Amino acid sequence: MTAVDLRVAQRPNAPMTTYRYDEYDAAFVSERVAEFREQVNRRLSGALTEEEFRPFRLMNGLYLQLHAYMLRVAIPYGTLTARQMRRLADIADRWDKGYGHFTTRQNLQYNWPKLVDTPDILESLADVEMHAIQTSGNCIRNVTADHFAGVAPDEIEDPRPTAEFLRQWSSLHSEFSFLPRKFKIAVTGAAHDRAAILVHDIGLRVVKNDTGEIGYQVVVGGGLGRSPFIGKVVGDFVPREDLLAFLEAILRVYNRFGRRDNKYKARVKILVHEKGIDEIRAAVEAEFAAMDRSAFDHDPEEFARIAAFFAPPPYESLPATSALLRAAKLETPAFANFVDVNVGAHKIPGYAIVTVSLKPIGGVPGDATSEQMRVLAEASERFGFGELRVSHEQNIILPHVKQDDLFALWSMLDAAGLATANAGLVSDIISCPGLDYCSLATARSIPIAQAISKRFSDMSRQRRIGKLGVKISGCINACGHHHVGAIGILGLEKKGQESYQITLGGDPTFSASIGEILGPGVTAEQVPDVVEHLVDYYLAEREEGEAFIDTWRRIGHARFKDVLRREGEDGADI
Amino acid sequence: MALISDGRFIEDAWRRLADEEALPKTGKFIVSLPRLEHAVEVLGPTATFGVIIPNTTEPSALIAALPRLDLISIAFPAFADGRGFSLARLLRRAAFKGELRASGRLVADQYPHAIGCGFDTIEIPDDLAERQDEGQWRAALNAYSMSYQRGYAGRGSILEARRKAVRS
Amino acid sequence: MPVFKHPQILIASNLTDGEVVFLGPSGWERDHRRARVARKADEAAALEALGKGDISANRVVDVYLADVEIGSDGAPTPLHYREKMRVKGPSVRLDLGKQAGEGAL
Repeated sequence: MTAVDLRVAQRPNAPMTTYRYDEYDAAFVSERVAEFREQVNRRLSGALTEEEFRPFRLMNGLYLQLHAYMLRVAIPYGTLTARQMRRLADIADRWDKGYGHFTTRQNLQYNWPKLVDTPDILESLADVEMHAIQTSGNCIRNVTADHFAGVAPDEIEDPRPTAEFLRQWSSLHSEFSFLPRKFKIAVTGAAHDRAAILVHDIGLRVVKNDTGEIGYQVVVGGGLGRSPFIGKVVGDFVPREDLLAFLEAILRVYNRFGRRDNKYKARVKILVHEKGIDEIRAAVEAEFAAMDRSAFDHDPEEFARIAAFFAPPPYESLPATSALLRAAKLETPAFANFVDVNVGAHKIPGYAIVTVSLKPIGGVPGDATSEQMRVLAEASERFGFGELRVSHEQNIILPHVKQDDLFALWSMLDAAGLATANAGLVSDIISCPGLDYCSLATARSIPIAQAISKRFSDMSRQRRIGKLGVKISGCINACGHHHVGAIGILGLEKKGQESYQITLGGDPTFSASIGEILGPGVTAEQVPDVVEHLVDYYLAEREEGEAFIDTWRRIGHARFKDVLRREGEDGADI
Repeated sequence: MALISDGRFIEDAWRRLADEEALPKTGKFIVSLPRLEHAVEVLGPTATFGVIIPNTTEPSALIAALPRLDLISIAFPAFADGRGFSLARLLRRAAFKGELRASGRLVADQYPHAIGCGFDTIEIPDDLAERQDEGQWRAALNAYSMSYQRGYAGRGSILEARRKAVRS
Repeated sequence: MPVFKHPQILIASNLTDGEVVFLGPSGWERDHRRARVARKADEAAALEALGKGDISANRVVDVYLADVEIGSDGAPTPLHYREKMRVKGPSVRLDLGKQAGEGAL
């Protein structure tokens, strides 16, 4: 089957480059909706108590939050079609409050759905081949992937077929739906890790062995939260035909031996940490050897079926550079800045990858209104084969835009307030919803992001500072990935007040590191001052070509701590 | 306790033996794990008996007794404690052919999972059976026509169906 | 029994729509100012018992007592910043939630 298969072409607005449901997938998702409708009815009738209902609503992405229910919709491997994006907008208008929040794990959250409406929302999602299956709960969560999949020049292989393969395998798994704790898998197929695979329960990296065969390096036991860990290699090279069996072996070991006595010690990272990677590897290998692998014999055929959906779109043959683009950049400086900051190299000559920032200065990171979602859908149809991506940095990607079209695209985005040129800069802040919405939060995170963003509102100053990952979490669960922020901020409660702990030196990529604590917690008002002092110190100390994290690594944490202490003594009130 | 089999509440033909009770000469009965070795030793080859085990039991501890056992009941200390599902899979892999029973406060929605992992019957407390009647268990059994996994019992596999469609 | 330091009100989430509600003189209220205030430990226990009854009746979930202070108008206001947030709505969207007059039972 290819992307121009008749069955695909017959469908209206069919995307060219992503997975499409067949009759089995469609039946499965609609059965899940019907099951959930019944579960809601049984909850209302009392057949299910809240304690019994809870894991089942969570396994379908429905939380009870601070002000209302919250529904988390999966955007598998971050790929969306224009039609799906429009549906997300329609749902926001019809059943929610006209906006949605893109999360750090390629999901979209609605903050205000009613319990009794969620079955209808899910039915509407199923209609465009979407769902909320396993976006929460102690099961295998929505599998994420590099948001530049299929278009990045540094890629060995598009990771999305692998992610889709795993999405299906993990859906309502008979054995692995009541794990000790949540289980997150991320996949990358590139030389640079944009999917943070080393801080997932399982990270998969597509690799080639000496004979050119494709396989996976399998990393286990990474994770953030209360006890952050970098994952460790459990399989150096797992051939593709063994992937599912190998993962099943890991999950079985975890399901049996992961701790269930303390929810803070129940993640696989704790099992790996307490037993040691060698013992875990031995247990996984023993389980793998004992399995009946005949059940997996036909995986390669199924993989190939899935992979065919991800064939490249019909690119035109274009020169590597665009004269139009060059001219427009000279004429319009704001556009030139946008191109320099938010536009990346594409593997096909004449094309580009565009990051649309959902971090306007002073805005709520990751939020998009239904109107903005529709603009993005329209932009993707006019300029990018109707395909969109969602990044774990909470931005939207248009993965295949002709360089010749960049100016027209920018003009359209600019008119909709979507042309903030800050991708990867200090105001491109990752932030969880925090105490403004989340019932687990111990402090607010969004207002902190807004204050930092406003402090650095001068865009030329941001560009001078360069790449800098600021990440904010409103509690120890670390949904805002603060441990891997070059500057990480964690909101806590201290003596009945919101207090913020700052860490430096975190890195989510292949050179992963967990940030180190800078000093005692500070108040919300002090956070922008502290960040500014740190940035100023970096600017004074940096050498040619160094990003913040590089300078920090070179001169060391102690020097950054010292500068704050000195500033504090000078009366800077921090 | 209520017992569910094939989506119906049925009479339980088995009796759970208290540890202080003597091993009976006849009838179907279930002993605790600490008594298993003794039961295997003293009971004749025609005796019909089973064992109830914690979900942390190593399958290897049962291997020797497996051919003598007609029933294994795995205790679920909490419905969301999924260790019993993996243990059931391992016992089936060890070629246990008798009745596999899940015992605890399992909810109807877990029925397909239990069947998938090789359980035959579910034993739940009466108060739970009162809220979650036979109809709910039967509905759960039929909630999904197929599953995405292979090598699991119960529903047909989507992957097998796709493969057949390609080949036909 | 824990030491009783502050007056308390009973907070919950309405089952069908998740709206934050407060136990009032005759049922659940969406406005915390109409909440019944417990001024002694046994009054708080009585509120909790009523809450448990409504959990069993599948009306509300996530029920707990929150410390409040009583204003000059006699109306209770939560002491902790988390519950202050719950009686208003998101601080970053003043156009949404109770603070914007939204929500109804």
